[in-house]
Amino acid sequence: MRRAVSVVGELLVTAGVLTLLFVVWQLHWTDLTSGRAQAATVSSLEQRWERTDPTPTAAPSQQPAEQPADPPVDPVAVPGVGQPFAILHVPRFAADYAVPVVEGTGTEELKDGIGHYTRTVMPGQVGNFAVAGHRVTYGKPFHQVAELRDGDAVVVQTATQWLTYRVRSHEIVRPQQVSVIAPVPDQPGAAPTQAWLTMTACHPMHSARQRYVVHALLESVRDRADGPPDSLAPPAG
Amino acid sequence: MYAWWWRVLPGPWWVRALLSALVAAGVVLLCFTVVFPAIADHLAINDGTVDGQ
Repeated sequence: MRRAVSVVGELLVTAGVLTLLFVVWQLHWTDLTSGRAQAATVSSLEQRWERTDPTPTAAPSQQPAEQPADPPVDPVAVPGVGQPFAILHVPRFAADYAVPVVEGTGTEELKDGIGHYTRTVMPGQVGNFAVAGHRVTYGKPFHQVAELRDGDAVVVQTATQWLTYRVRSHEIVRPQQVSVIAPVPDQPGAAPTQAWLTMTACHPMHSARQRYVVHALLESVRDRADGPPDSLAPPAG
Repeated sequence: MYAWWWRVLPGPWWVRALLSALVAAGVVLLCFTVVFPAIADHLAINDGTVDGQ
């Protein structure tokens, strides 16, 4: 009897240690490995894009200094599920914040970066470019999502362009509320006339009870050949 | 359980300690690479997607 009790006790202690180990793995180890892999994806995307020559911009005209119009958005081809196709920059999170955006929002895709909802439009298009990211674990790209303020820049770097979106609003919703990623956010069925970006993450942190959702509107487009936009500068205050 | 484990291990105390450490390391490795990833996919405490289903 005493022996049985001691074995059960040791088993319980072992189970406790393994549970703690799981927490360490989930919160720190996945962060480390996914974070490293995502950084590698960003560098390889940048290298691939640099190798392809940017389309030469038209020779500067001699017209007086007038605010030049933004170039039209280059369409981004829909990649296969799991393929990275863009880099997300959020200066509010960190000056050097850069996370790959991959096609699809499955468990595996979200380990490799920020996931693009396949049923929403590609970056810069009229409609809603909706993405999901982990707020904890697996590189936690949206860890600071609740720190975003209205007016903050969210910059999507594609193969040929920089797309600057500005945060317009945020909301906390139930996980089933898919209307947040509708072509016009929260107005399912409405025909879109503007280019939106929507970010979803879990809420509260470490819980899947709700979703933290941020909506941003496309503000400006810049060709890669013209260099990074000013919107990448860290926000004041 | 652990007393039994210590008794069945051969050799002097430092060989037993070394073997125990190796087995423990193997268990941790197995957990990190196979067991924990499989469990995590079913827990989804960190799901950040919206889904109509």
